[in-house]
Amino acid sequence: MSSKKETFGGTVGFVLAVCVVCALLVSFSAVQLKPLQQANKLLDQQTKILEASGLLEKAGKDIVKTYNEFVVARLVDLDSGEFVEGDVINFDERRNARDKALSIKPENDLAGINRRSNTSVVYLVKNEAGSIDTVVFPIVGSGLWDLMYGYVGLEADLNTVKSVIYSDHKETPGLGAEVLNPRWKALWPGKKIYNDAGEVKARLVKGGAKANDIHGVDALSGATLTSNGVTHTLQFWFGKEGFKTFIANYRAEGVK
Amino acid sequence: MSSDAKKVLTGPIVDNNPIALQVLGICSALAVTSSMANALVMTLAVVFVTAFSNLFISIIRNHIPSSVRIIVQMAIIASLVIVVDQVLKAFSYQLSKELAVFVGLIITNCIVMGRAEAFAMKEKPVVSFLDGIGNGLGYGAILMTVAFFRELFGFGTLFNIEILPLVQNGGWYQANGLLVLPFSSFFVIGLIIWAIRQWKPEQVEKD
Repeated sequence: MSSKKETFGGTVGFVLAVCVVCALLVSFSAVQLKPLQQANKLLDQQTKILEASGLLEKAGKDIVKTYNEFVVARLVDLDSGEFVEGDVINFDERRNARDKALSIKPENDLAGINRRSNTSVVYLVKNEAGSIDTVVFPIVGSGLWDLMYGYVGLEADLNTVKSVIYSDHKETPGLGAEVLNPRWKALWPGKKIYNDAGEVKARLVKGGAKANDIHGVDALSGATLTSNGVTHTLQFWFGKEGFKTFIANYRAEGVK
Repeated sequence: MSSDAKKVLTGPIVDNNPIALQVLGICSALAVTSSMANALVMTLAVVFVTAFSNLFISIIRNHIPSSVRIIVQMAIIASLVIVVDQVLKAFSYQLSKELAVFVGLIITNCIVMGRAEAFAMKEKPVVSFLDGIGNGLGYGAILMTVAFFRELFGFGTLFNIEILPLVQNGGWYQANGLLVLPFSSFFVIGLIIWAIRQWKPEQVEKD
């Protein structure tokens, strides 16, 4: 291959040169494209939050403008259920969950998330009149293959579901991935998370929910484990180790 | 020269197809062919990586010490793949989310290494570049064909446009769940290889 005689120094020098050139190429593209990538990620998140709050159609192409106009992100301490100050823009539940100081191990880890961040973001969505009519809660829990990330939008009574939107998952296409099917998503509006006793009753019903079931939604056919994952995720995040304390605090007086 | 160049460019599409004849790059062909859009993006990414890795490796082919040539090739290929991944994340976030892990796996796509080692180490830069494009296109042709069948019969759509209305959406077509799963590509690729060898019997290996 090489016409020149190989020497140890020559080989090392050549490899170093190749590495330097490659490293320059990679770091240049990574640094140059970073702002665009972050903007994309934020746009994707804002799109999902608007979808969960039912504003996506109204927003059209103006995702960022609509988001900034109607959505306020606040940090909530899950144990006390009160708002706290903090950085909501760079909040990352999973990153906090890896930090022992910022997270706890749930007593009843229904959602299969291992650790849970002490705080969470909630998104307060205003209507045209300026009062909050939707609250969007981020959720995360195990599906069949991996963690599934999503958002649940609740009406101002903090019980009636407006939407359940999954944003990131690795479920089987055609089976578990049907959580993204618009027809399935359309089953959610109007369902109640809690019964009168305050227990989490929202769930997926295998074989199809009865017409008068105010808590149940059809399970995904052929995807029992994904469906169980969705049920457990809802039970966890709206249970006492999730948003229940916050919801109890603010249900009576309304979120401001 | 120009007919040679044409042969280098179009040869790999049918006559010397990397998947159908050389049987390289099967792994990623299984993974990304559940939809036409994914297959198209993967094709473009592989065309880019094989073309430029062939070009760069060919330019420095006379200086690469043969004892470390594979490592040098890998470094170049890996860098190009990272660049592709970064570009996808910046300009096509939705697709990059779906393809995430598979784009990284272009590094291990045997076609890229195979062409670098078998072609670019011996030939001049321009013709190597064309060989890279040709092989990328050959890979892409099979990918798109497989994706066509898998998406049409697995989801009833092409490029996410509904062709066969599904039962669960109120239509008449019961989707074939088998084609949604990655291993169904084996059947489709097998049938394609059979079809090509019927058409061009000289590709059949002698016993």
